[in-house]
Amino acid sequence: MKKLAILLFLMLFLSGCSDNWGWYVVNPYSKSGWINLKFLMSGYYFTLLLSFTSIFISIAVGLLVALPGLSKNPWLRNFNRVYVEIVRSVPILVLILWVYYGLPPMTGLEINVFWAGVIALALSDSAFQAEIFRAGIQSIDRGQYEASHSISLNYKDTMRFVILPQAIRRILPALGNQLVYMLKMSSLVSVIGMQELTRKANELVVTEYRPLEIYTILVLEYLVLILVVSAGVRWLERRLKSDERV
Amino acid sequence: MPKSPRDNDIEIKDISKNFGKFAALKDVSLSVKQGERVVVCGPSGSGKSTLIRCINGLEIHDAGSITVDGIILNHKTKSLEQIRSRVGMVFQQFNLFPHLTVLENITLGPVRAKKVTRQEADSRAMGYLERVKIPEQAHKYPGQLSGGQQQRVAIARSLCMEPKILLFDEPTSALDPEMISEVLEVMIELADTGMTLICATHEKGFARRVADTMIFMDQGRIVETAPPAKFFDSPDTDRCKTFLKQILHH
Repeated sequence: MKKLAILLFLMLFLSGCSDNWGWYVVNPYSKSGWINLKFLMSGYYFTLLLSFTSIFISIAVGLLVALPGLSKNPWLRNFNRVYVEIVRSVPILVLILWVYYGLPPMTGLEINVFWAGVIALALSDSAFQAEIFRAGIQSIDRGQYEASHSISLNYKDTMRFVILPQAIRRILPALGNQLVYMLKMSSLVSVIGMQELTRKANELVVTEYRPLEIYTILVLEYLVLILVVSAGVRWLERRLKSDERV
Repeated sequence: MPKSPRDNDIEIKDISKNFGKFAALKDVSLSVKQGERVVVCGPSGSGKSTLIRCINGLEIHDAGSITVDGIILNHKTKSLEQIRSRVGMVFQQFNLFPHLTVLENITLGPVRAKKVTRQEADSRAMGYLERVKIPEQAHKYPGQLSGGQQQRVAIARSLCMEPKILLFDEPTSALDPEMISEVLEVMIELADTGMTLICATHEKGFARRVADTMIFMDQGRIVETAPPAKFFDSPDTDRCKTFLKQILHH
């Protein structure tokens, strides 16, 4: 928060120095500036909705892909490897375009902008989630499986009550990272017309022709968003740690 | 399931187990009667842990056969499930679940695997915690307990599954010296209840006090089997004599 205040201060200072700045476009005290600001901020809705929907799906898919990767069966392990390698090697922007323009004619399904964005983001992130889960699960001591086994827990209960709760605590910082990454990557969905933060800024730039000021606001919007989310993740980490006390 | 005609709890015939090129067990045979208390000792790498781990299917033997309470042990899920519900195990490293409280550690098995109600499991768990003398620790996490207390929780966790047979894999080897006796005390009381016990340990006092049969293992084989009095005072093999001398020096 201190950093943010400094940045705001710097910006005002710079604006005073130069005739070329036109902060009026986003001046909250003028009527049109306030309307513009509200227009820009309204992008938060889809940025958040898109990112959180995608991250939940990608965590679920990532876990489902990670588990076969830990199996003794070589076919299941190969499935995991192939999935991760293929998905990881497609750039997100390309995936977004392909899901939006390529998938509907191929499958005959109608996919709107929102769900095309969710599919592309979740798919691309799931490969990384799968690797994170795999590392987290592999870091759990073998004795934990053996103890579960000795009290007759089956595979599902062992994972659900013993292994995953411990693995998730360990990978929480990495999951937090992925969430931040997802919030930033959601800006790419603007290319297919998703009305999120970046798209709103682009549209305003076209009508107001003040890219410098509007994109500066855009930077600040992401900065605030991500600082808040990071603080939330750290709070969650602390809370989970405090009831383990190992 | 075929029931063996004899009343032996555990019947091991000529089992072998290899880890890569290393032969951990070579043609080991052993019968354990119901209620019998067997103490296994031997140098590290002699195969005593592997033998114990084979009995509840943590390792699957490569050759030979193991029958536990009339059930033939193989790698099939069904057989493993049936064996596990009859055999409890206490580990050297305790292996408690660090994210669960003591009470949750003990009740997880009964509630999830045996479908006991939460209330029933809690009251049963408290009973076992009293037996291992730490009922006041029920709501703490394992990380807040001493090693001796953790191992006693692990014993209570095994007991709460109400197994017929209890296996101990060097239960006091990871403990500080001053905590060994509190764990052994609990184990001695357990031995007096008539449960079938197999314990890998070098605790001579404990072995003399509770064992019906002593087994000495070396290089993957059972070298000597004898009642404790004979075992400690006049063992037949030289290897066993040397080993006993070494452990008595501490």
